[in-house]
Amino acid sequence: MIDSDTDVIRVRELVKKFGSFVANDRLSFRVHKGEIFGFLGANGAGKTTTIRILCGLSYPTSGEIEVAGHDVYTQRERIKRKIGYMSQKFSLYEDLTVSENIRLYAGIYGLDRRYILQREKQLLQQLGLQDIQNQFIRKIPLGWKQKLAFSVAVFHKPAIVFLDEPTGGVDPITRRQFWEMIHEVTREGITVFVTTHYMDEAEYCDRVSIMVDGRIEALEPPAVLKERYNCGDMNEVFIKLARKQ
Amino acid sequence: MRIIYTLLVKEFKQIFRNRFMLPVIFVIPLVQMIILTYAASLEMKDIKMAVVDQDHSTASRLLVSSFTGSPFFRITLQTGDDREATRWLHRDKVDVILHVKDDFEKGLFREGSADLQLVINAINATEAGLIQAYCTRIITGFNSQLRTGLSGPESSAGMPSLEIIPAFWYNPEFDYKIYMFCGILVILVTLIGMLLTALNLVREKEMGTTEQINVTPIRKTHFIIAKLLPFWIIALFELGFGLILGRLLYDLPIVGSPLLLFLFAAIYLLAVLGIGLFLSTMSHTQQQLMFMSFFFMVTFILMSGVFTPTESMPDWAQEMNRVNPLAYFMRVIRMILLKGSGFRDISREFFSMLVYASTILTLAVVSYRKTT
Repeated sequence: MIDSDTDVIRVRELVKKFGSFVANDRLSFRVHKGEIFGFLGANGAGKTTTIRILCGLSYPTSGEIEVAGHDVYTQRERIKRKIGYMSQKFSLYEDLTVSENIRLYAGIYGLDRRYILQREKQLLQQLGLQDIQNQFIRKIPLGWKQKLAFSVAVFHKPAIVFLDEPTGGVDPITRRQFWEMIHEVTREGITVFVTTHYMDEAEYCDRVSIMVDGRIEALEPPAVLKERYNCGDMNEVFIKLARKQ
Repeated sequence: MRIIYTLLVKEFKQIFRNRFMLPVIFVIPLVQMIILTYAASLEMKDIKMAVVDQDHSTASRLLVSSFTGSPFFRITLQTGDDREATRWLHRDKVDVILHVKDDFEKGLFREGSADLQLVINAINATEAGLIQAYCTRIITGFNSQLRTGLSGPESSAGMPSLEIIPAFWYNPEFDYKIYMFCGILVILVTLIGMLLTALNLVREKEMGTTEQINVTPIRKTHFIIAKLLPFWIIALFELGFGLILGRLLYDLPIVGSPLLLFLFAAIYLLAVLGIGLFLSTMSHTQQQLMFMSFFFMVTFILMSGVFTPTESMPDWAQEMNRVNPLAYFMRVIRMILLKGSGFRDISREFFSMLVYASTILTLAVVSYRKTT
């Protein structure tokens, strides 16, 4: 068993209702420090609802939830210091340039100016975006935007980064590069909580949970899941589980 | 402080990169100031009149000629046929019918009195009131002219007569333009402040960037200050720009202290921006926001006293105007600019506005939520 001190997210009996509709039905799970946690499920299974609660964007109806050692009911602002978030919707400012976006978000976290400039330079170099640092975000291709959005989300070195379908609509090569970036940040000790509809990406995760109709049906490393359900790949596992209903 | 600065840099960059913004700031005021000030005229010229003269006497001709001589009237139909005149009125080809009966002169000279009939199209009541007032003035003039002519200057000296010489303070030449101008400037500054703030906030909501901001540890007061401050500055700039335009175009008198006006406007705009912020927390799309602010703006403007004095409104309406920020500014701008009122004269409005601004801002900040 993994020591519970290394859990960065602890969720017990999380329930979220919208009127009579139950979006999250008594979810319980833990996410370990430094792992890549795949949070899978069909459209409408309730993934985004959970992520929004964990990030402090939405109130849970009930349940005990702790993120980065803080309670989501009372310490949301503290949680926000320790997390990064990249949503389905594209979240950089279209009418600001690449550099301006980096500086804005870094500035919001109160990082030191000189440090920001120095890290910005490094980052642009890593991403190969030096030539377009003064271009407006709306003018650059989607794949680049997503890589940049991810870099911005981890710029302040959060304990956990939440990625809500970060690779939707992105070409396979860029997706591969994107996952290389994800692995890169886990080496720095950042925990990654990611949702995706691409099952090849699920294979890259340390552990995967599969959500069906607001409930977690399975939570294991991909290899274990494949063995248990006797499937060749995660795609089959997913279909088997999601169809059960 | 640094966080607010970072956010302000972002806001200003975005505002001035928006191609829609500069025209809003410079072209709209120009157009409004020039077109609306003239168009929203309270004065009537060129009233179309039909004369039904069935008397054809010296007296009736004299009466008609005093209407022809007036700059306000244009006689478009002269007829002896009553029904024809009525038809013209029905078709909106004339605004008023003056009916002179065939015993007009006879009555005047034999019995000392005669009846005249005025038929006024009163679909627009204000207009009808003005037409009536103008007609009465001309007929009264005709009457005294007639009396002097009849009895000779000597005897009229013996007759007691009252003459009213009005003195029009603060606007001696009866220039409605400067009066309207002040009103339109208030509307403009309010519209810019309220709408631009609210639109800006809702636009971020639509784009999804608000959500991104909400997962950061940013304090909502910081975020709100950075959102409001740019539009507060732009609206104050707009006021100054408007005053300069007014000075150049209409020779707008600035009798009172412009500094006092700006001081009041500064507080006023806090209230207005607060309303904008409040509206934005209640809408999810720019469309919803537009409908909602349309409702508020139209109500505020019509009740503010831009066209009709608030004092002549029913009591309940005057009570309602207590929560209408426009009504305060409308009164204060005219008091300061046209009348030269000082701080003491507007202190009631000033402190009311201060309370208003702090209340609405608090409400708006409280109802702004990072978590839903």
